[in-house]
Amino acid sequence: MWRFVIGRLLQAIPVIFVVITATFFLVRAAPGGPFDAEKAVIPEVKAALERQYRLDLPLHEQYFAYLGDLMQGDLGPSFKYPGRSINELIESGLPVTAELGAYALLIALVVGGLSGILAALRPNTLQDYIPMSLAMVGICMPTFLLGPLLVLLFGIELDWLPVSGWGDIPGDKLMPSITLGAAYAAYVARLSRAGMLEVLSQDYIRTARAKGLPEWQVVIKHGLRGGMLPVVAFLGPAFAGLLAGSFVVETIFQIPGLGRFYVQAAFNRDYTMILGTTVFLSTLIVLFNLLSDIVAAWLNPRLRAQLSE
Amino acid sequence: MVQSIIRALSVVCLLSLAACMGGESKVEQGNREGVLHYGNGSEPQGLDPHVVTGVPENKIIRTLFEGLAVKNPYTLEPEPGVAASWDISADGKQIVFHINPKARWSNGDPVTAHDYVWSWRRALDPNMGNQYAYMLYPVLNAEAYATGQLDDVEQLGVTAKDDLTLVVTLNAPTPYFIQLMDHYSTFAVHPATVSQFGGATDRFTPWTRAGNMVSNGPFVLTEWKLNRYIRVEKNPMYWNADNVTLNAVMFYPTENLTSEERMFRAGQLHYTNEVPLDKIPVYKSMQNSPFAQAPYLGTYYYLLNTNKAPMDDVRVRKALSMAVDRETLVSTVLQNAYVPAYSITPPDTLGYFPPKTFSYDPEQARQLLAQAGYPNGENWPGLELTYNTSENHRKVAVAIQQMWKDVLNIEVSLANQEWKVYLDSVNQMNFQIARRGWIGDYVDPNNFLDLFITEGGNNNTGYSDPEYDEIILRQAPNAPSREERYALFRKAETMLMEEMPILPIYTYTSKHLIHPSVKGMPPNLMDSLNIRYVWLDSNETLKAE
Repeated sequence: MWRFVIGRLLQAIPVIFVVITATFFLVRAAPGGPFDAEKAVIPEVKAALERQYRLDLPLHEQYFAYLGDLMQGDLGPSFKYPGRSINELIESGLPVTAELGAYALLIALVVGGLSGILAALRPNTLQDYIPMSLAMVGICMPTFLLGPLLVLLFGIELDWLPVSGWGDIPGDKLMPSITLGAAYAAYVARLSRAGMLEVLSQDYIRTARAKGLPEWQVVIKHGLRGGMLPVVAFLGPAFAGLLAGSFVVETIFQIPGLGRFYVQAAFNRDYTMILGTTVFLSTLIVLFNLLSDIVAAWLNPRLRAQLSE
Repeated sequence: MVQSIIRALSVVCLLSLAACMGGESKVEQGNREGVLHYGNGSEPQGLDPHVVTGVPENKIIRTLFEGLAVKNPYTLEPEPGVAASWDISADGKQIVFHINPKARWSNGDPVTAHDYVWSWRRALDPNMGNQYAYMLYPVLNAEAYATGQLDDVEQLGVTAKDDLTLVVTLNAPTPYFIQLMDHYSTFAVHPATVSQFGGATDRFTPWTRAGNMVSNGPFVLTEWKLNRYIRVEKNPMYWNADNVTLNAVMFYPTENLTSEERMFRAGQLHYTNEVPLDKIPVYKSMQNSPFAQAPYLGTYYYLLNTNKAPMDDVRVRKALSMAVDRETLVSTVLQNAYVPAYSITPPDTLGYFPPKTFSYDPEQARQLLAQAGYPNGENWPGLELTYNTSENHRKVAVAIQQMWKDVLNIEVSLANQEWKVYLDSVNQMNFQIARRGWIGDYVDPNNFLDLFITEGGNNNTGYSDPEYDEIILRQAPNAPSREERYALFRKAETMLMEEMPILPIYTYTSKHLIHPSVKGMPPNLMDSLNIRYVWLDSNETLKAE
C-alpha cells in the first residue's frame, strides 16, 4: 500500500514541474504585459515597475528565480494587487472556495446518492424515471442559468434568501452551494444508480436477501460499499474541479473565493497569479486523484489484496 | 430509513430558510445607523494614492484622504479641502496654498506643508513607478525628476515656506492646476506611517492595511476583507467632521453587473456602480425610478491610423465618419444609454462646448469617397476594425460595419482581440481602425485635446499638426481668461475634426441605481462623489413601480 502511495507521489512531481514550466513560458508568450494600460504608461515608469518585479532580467533567469522562490513556498508578489503576495491572496480565497466546494459536494453526495439509490431499487418505474430525468436536467442546466433562476425565485420574488455574499448574512451560503452542487448531484445520481444496479444483481446480494436480512440492511451494508465505487472514483477529480470551476458561481453570488482570482489573472496578465493558482490547483488535482484512488482501493477488496502483496 | 433521512433533511432546509426570512434589509439597517452600502465595481488594486490607477480605488481613496482642494459635487468647481485658501500669482506660475490649521491626520498629527513636499517627491520618484506621476508634471522640474534626468530633488518646484504655507512653482500657467489637487496622485500621505512599514518608494508595504493606515480624509479605514467589502468609518480627527453626517461606508466589489442589480433589488445596496444595458428600458419606464443617468467625462471613439492606406486620405476618414448615423446607433443598439458625439471633448466640460463640424450626411460621404478614388466602393482595398472582446463593443462595431456597407458600399472586417492583445496593437499602432475610450482625469478640455499633440503618448493615430501643438501647449495655457482659453480650444478642436484622425461615436454616461434615501449625491460629469455631502434619509423608501 505504501509503495503504491509513494510511487504515485513520485509520479506527480514531474507532472507538476511540466505544468510550472509550460505555464511560465506560455503566459510570457502571450502578447501584452501586466503594465499595459489604456492610458499610455511613461517608459521610465514602466521600466521602474519592471525592475521591481524582476521583469528586466533575461527570461531564463526569471524562470530560475521563480523556481527558487517556489521551492521556499513563495509564489511572489501580485502584479494586479501591489502590496499583496500571491500566498496571501490564495490564503484569503482558498478557505471560501473550499467551503463552497465542500458544501456543494455534500449536496451532490446526499441528494445525488439518495436519488441514485432510490432509482436503482425500483428500476424502470416512476421512482427511477423521476430522479433520473431531474438528473438529466441537472447535467444540462449550466450554473450560470440555474444560479440567476434561484436568485430570482428565492432572493427577489419570495425574499427568503440573500442574493449575494458569503458569511455576511445568515443563509447566504445556501444558494451558491446548491447552484454549484446541482450538476454534480446529477452526475452522482447517475453513477450511483449504475453502480447500485450492477451490485444489486450480484449473487452475494441474493444470498443476503435469502438469509432474510431486512431490505435496508441489504442495501446499506452489502450494496453500498460496492455500488458507490464509481462515485468515489468520480469524487477526487470532482472536488478539484469544484475548486477550479467555482468561478461562475463565485461571480454570480459575489463570493470572495479563489476562482475569481484565477480567471481574472489571465486577463490581467498577472504572471505570478496565473502561475501561483495554476501550480496550486494542479497540485490539488493530482493529490485528490491520488486520494480517490486510495479510497477506491480500500473499498474494493480485490484491489486491496493486490496492493498489499 | 431512506424516507426518514429525506424528511430530516427537508426539515433542516425549511428551518434554515425560515431563519433568514423577514428581518430588515441592509439598506434599512444602514439608514437607521448612518451606513451607506455602496456598489464599487471591483476590488481595489490597493489604496496607496501613489500606486493605484483605477476608478474604484479613486472612490475609496477620496473618502480616506483629502486633497488641497476638493470638487463641489454640484458645480465641480474647486473648493477648500486641506488648503483653506490659495493665491495664484499674476503670471500664473506660482501658487501659494494656505493649509487649514485645523487639518489633522487620523492619528492627531497636524497636516503640514512639509507632508506635501515629502509626498510629492514620493509621487514623482522614478523608483516609485507611479503611473499617474504625470499629473504633477506642470510643477517646475517635475517631469525631469520623474524621468530620471534630474537627480536633485531640491530643484522640484514645491517647497514649504512654513508648516502651513506650501509654495508651488509651475513651468507655465496651468489654469486647471487647482483641479488636479483633487486627484489622488497629488494627495499627501503620512510620511511617518509610510516609512514605518518600509521604504518611502516601496510599492509592496502594508501601510495601507486596516489598522496601519493613517489618513487625513473624512473617513478612516477600519476593515478590508479581500473581495468582500471595505469598511470606512467617520474620522473624528477630520477638520470638518462636524459636517460629516454618515457614520460609515461599506464598499462592495460588485464586479458582475447583473448580480449588483439583484443586490440592489434585494435591499443590499444603496447605490450601484453600473446598470446592465438590457435593464435600462425597464428602469426608465418606472415611476419614481431609482435609475439615474448623466453624461460622463469620457468619449467612445475609433482611432483611424492615418499612416496606413486608405486612411492616409482625409477624404476617406471624413467619408467614414459622415456615414455613421450616431443618433440611430445610440437610440437602437445602445438603448439611449449614451449620448451621440461629434467631437472628442464631452459637452459642458466645465462650461466648454465642443464645435460640431459635421453631421450624418450619406450623400457627402459618398462624394468624398468617390473623390478619394473609390466611387460606390469600387477598388476598395478593404479595412479592418479592431476592438477588445466585449459584447457592447461588438454590437457597436457590427452596426457601424453595416452602416458603412449601406452608405458607402464598402467592406470592413471586424477583428476581436483579447484586452491585453488589443492594448498592444493600439500602442504599437498595429491596426487600421481601433476602438478607443478616453475617460478624463480632471474636468478641463485640455485633458482631451492634449491627447492629439504630436507624438502624444495616447495619440495613437499619427495625427500631427504644429499649429495644433502650438495652441494646446503654448497659447491656451497663457490665455488671460477662461473665455479666451475656451475659444482657443474650440479653434484647435475644429482643426482636429477637419482632419478627422478619430471617429467620435458617443459620450459616456454614468448610470446608477440610487436608493431614494440617499441624499447629497448629485449627478455630475465626473461621476464625482464628495462623501461629506452625503446623508441618508430613513423616511424615504423605494416605491418604484
